[in-house]
Amino acid sequence: MKLNTLTAHELIAPLDKGDISYIDICNSIIEAVEQKDKKLNAIAHFDKAAALERAKSSKGIPIFIKDNICVKDELTTCSSKILEGFRPPYNATVIEKLLAEGAVLMGKTNMDEFAFGSSTETSCYGVTRNPWDLERIPGGSSGGSAACVAADEAIFALGSDTGGSIRQPASLCGVVGLKPTYGRVSRYGLIAFASSLDQIGPVTKDVEDAAILLKAISGHDQMDSTSVDEAVPDYPALIKKDIKGLKIGVPKEYFIKGTDKEVKQAVLDAIKKLEELGARCEEMSLPHTEYAVAVYYLVATAEASSNLARFDGVQYGFRSSQAKSVIDMYKKTRQDGFGDEAKRRIILGTFALSSGYYDAYYLRALKVRTLIKQDFDKAFRKYDAIVTPTSPTPAFKIGEKSKDPLTMYLSDIFTISANLAGIPGVSIPCGFTKKKLPIGLQILGKAFDEETILRIAYNYEQATAWHKTKPLI
Amino acid sequence: MTYETVIGLEVHLQLKTRSKVFCGCSTNFGAAPNTQTCPVCLGFPGSLPVLNREALKLAAKVAIALNCQIAKKIRFDRKNYFYPDLPKAYQISQFGHPLSQHGHLPVLSNGKERHIKIRRVHLEEDTGKLFHEKDHSLVDFNRCGTPLLEIVSEPDIGSPEEAYAYLTLLKSILEYIDVSDCNMEEGSLRCDANISLKKQGAKELGVKTEIKNMNSFKGVKAALEYERDRQVELLESGQRIVQETRLYDAERDVTESMRSKEEAHDYRYFPEPDLVPFDFEKGLLTEIEKEIPELPEPRKKRFVSEYRLSEYDAAVMVSDKAMADYFEDCARLYKNPKIIANWLMGDVSAYLSEKNLTIAGVNLKARHLTGMLEMIDRGAISGKIAKTLLKEMIETGKEPGALVKEKGLEQISDEGEIEKAIDQVISENEKIVGDFKDGKKNAIMALVGKVMAKTKGKANPGKVNQMLSKMLREDK
Repeated sequence: MKLNTLTAHELIAPLDKGDISYIDICNSIIEAVEQKDKKLNAIAHFDKAAALERAKSSKGIPIFIKDNICVKDELTTCSSKILEGFRPPYNATVIEKLLAEGAVLMGKTNMDEFAFGSSTETSCYGVTRNPWDLERIPGGSSGGSAACVAADEAIFALGSDTGGSIRQPASLCGVVGLKPTYGRVSRYGLIAFASSLDQIGPVTKDVEDAAILLKAISGHDQMDSTSVDEAVPDYPALIKKDIKGLKIGVPKEYFIKGTDKEVKQAVLDAIKKLEELGARCEEMSLPHTEYAVAVYYLVATAEASSNLARFDGVQYGFRSSQAKSVIDMYKKTRQDGFGDEAKRRIILGTFALSSGYYDAYYLRALKVRTLIKQDFDKAFRKYDAIVTPTSPTPAFKIGEKSKDPLTMYLSDIFTISANLAGIPGVSIPCGFTKKKLPIGLQILGKAFDEETILRIAYNYEQATAWHKTKPLI
Repeated sequence: MTYETVIGLEVHLQLKTRSKVFCGCSTNFGAAPNTQTCPVCLGFPGSLPVLNREALKLAAKVAIALNCQIAKKIRFDRKNYFYPDLPKAYQISQFGHPLSQHGHLPVLSNGKERHIKIRRVHLEEDTGKLFHEKDHSLVDFNRCGTPLLEIVSEPDIGSPEEAYAYLTLLKSILEYIDVSDCNMEEGSLRCDANISLKKQGAKELGVKTEIKNMNSFKGVKAALEYERDRQVELLESGQRIVQETRLYDAERDVTESMRSKEEAHDYRYFPEPDLVPFDFEKGLLTEIEKEIPELPEPRKKRFVSEYRLSEYDAAVMVSDKAMADYFEDCARLYKNPKIIANWLMGDVSAYLSEKNLTIAGVNLKARHLTGMLEMIDRGAISGKIAKTLLKEMIETGKEPGALVKEKGLEQISDEGEIEKAIDQVISENEKIVGDFKDGKKNAIMALVGKVMAKTKGKANPGKVNQMLSKMLREDK
């Protein structure tokens, strides 16, 4: 068996026995990338020699990092021209934690520009293709991370999730993607899209690896005032408990008209499976769900408009050479440096924060955000977890939605609420469409209770074989 | 037509913390450009702010000293605007919920104490500094992220003089509580002013102008005087005041329009998502209150009642904390506080200001100064000699007794010695002696002066006077 197809926990035994070396794993990854990535375009920055060099001096599993997480002296560009050539002078906290565990940094994965998108089509490096169907998108914005893991170009990867950017591509590529509780993982070194929503999380081939990676990157960080000082449980050990007696809510608002029939059926089948495993599932309601997308596109764009203002050509990244004055430099740099979707969101957010509109848009959105959060607070007094489809549809065709931003924004309709409420969510494979496209099941949990959703995910995964089916690429 | 002047002042104050407000970089002034920076204060992508608790503490200290109410929850906002000295393109500040509000300062104006209202005191971060060269500009981010306190008064100040008094008292308080260097030249204290005129008794405020670029309190006063007169002239000639920002040119003593059209700034303030709002700990407040010393105003009142100083003397004594502390050190050692105050306000202050020194910066121990005063009282030295002795004490740091011996400054009270000098003076000044004898009684003063000169100022002047009169009478 090729090493690149294995998971981290599967690699431990042969490594311990001395049957394989860390270099072997690294070589097998390099081979897979060279063989497949011309077709997929999942990797944005890859330096084979440097990766091998790092593998020689470390004892750990190779990992790919989304291109919006700072790695010292390595290209970190958010797949945007405006960060052309940018090499951060420091490591993100998650990178420091991974290096402390011995992880070998392999390279950076492609993404929607600044994580603005659900299809990885807005990258300045071109679209990443879905390993299950190269004519289709991998989801986004962590499309590169999901595609490279699905195609066995990686053992695992880190992504970031602001409105579904880990879970939705995981769902569309048939892998596991976890968005931790807001504050569980330090954001220090994650180039901000929407500061109150962003979280870094694992993209893996199975649930056990997600637990391993989550444990490695979690914990309070003095450099991030929004990270929370909560003990980090031993996830890999705890998830193996059964799920008998757990109460699981199934929100009726998540089985709306626009949901693909095959997706809906797969999720209903998964719910049946969870009941067979001893969980008690029942229909319930999250009444403010329908406002989530509107709230999200006000809060997220408002924060983004401010977070992206620093890309002005003064200190780093791209600077227009055409400018004749400072104002001109700002305008031309940003005009040429940002793609259309980035500009669209900056304009939207700027508008939402403008005086005279602030109360009607941003402030109102914050209030409805509170209502959405209260929906979950109330639900979790009764239920241990909530299950839903991750995405209303399987992977769509490249270009199918990119001309229509509103339709594109609806791709995140089931994932956005978790970010607004700050709760954890995981997407795991739960079936395929007739066209052999993966379908994902989303499990949402209480804040700081990643353990329970991973436990449900693990038990489901053990009882099914979806995650073992691999794309033919 | 008579107008009322309405002035509001906005003071920016750099707090004296060791490190910056949202990162660990040093706040030292004068380091080589961009050597006191890190990813956080440079606004690098992915970096996050963490509040320096010492900055919050100093900010709260100011708020309490200015009689403000402290907010229960501490929150920060982002103020968004583009400028090359602002690396994140937003400044972390406090907008909707400032650290504190509703304070006041008891300012002495036209001999009366008046409470000037303070609207708000809030904490923010300073920006970097631009240097414009011939064909390019450079930016130094060392200052970027230095904790900055904005102290905004209500439009409650009635004249340039009152503005001056407000600033003087404010600075004095800030020095008392030791939160800032308060150095306008180094920019650790900066002041902008708003001024408008309204018809006597009118309720509605007139159109205001904002004046910037003053680098001393006197400059603030002069700029306000100029701007008030300019506005009066405009109104009197039937013209309108344009709302605008004007720069003060100290050299020419004029204000000039900075922008032809006031840009409508929309800073798009919103809550800073990277800093979670938190409760201001009650414990911290008590801790801060304990650290606030007696402030200048109450201290002045105490000086009047405890030391029987005049209002004026007390005000001068307390305006500088080090001076006031010194005064009290002396008052513990010497019985007559008024005499101490006279010396401190007179010869000591004159010497200090001539040499551009402060009382804390010179080697004049309280017991040396009071020792000198006692020597005068005992008649061991003359008042005139004391002036020389004072300089010697400051410059050498030596105690007065030793210096008097070393320099031979003891007062001559020995009658034989004085008589010898008088004899010589009488014989050398026949004309003046003649004048005296012809009834010009004042001529004796000239003779006393001659005797003092002869003894190099060391003769006891009382004794000289007394002996001289006697000897002249006997000499009839």
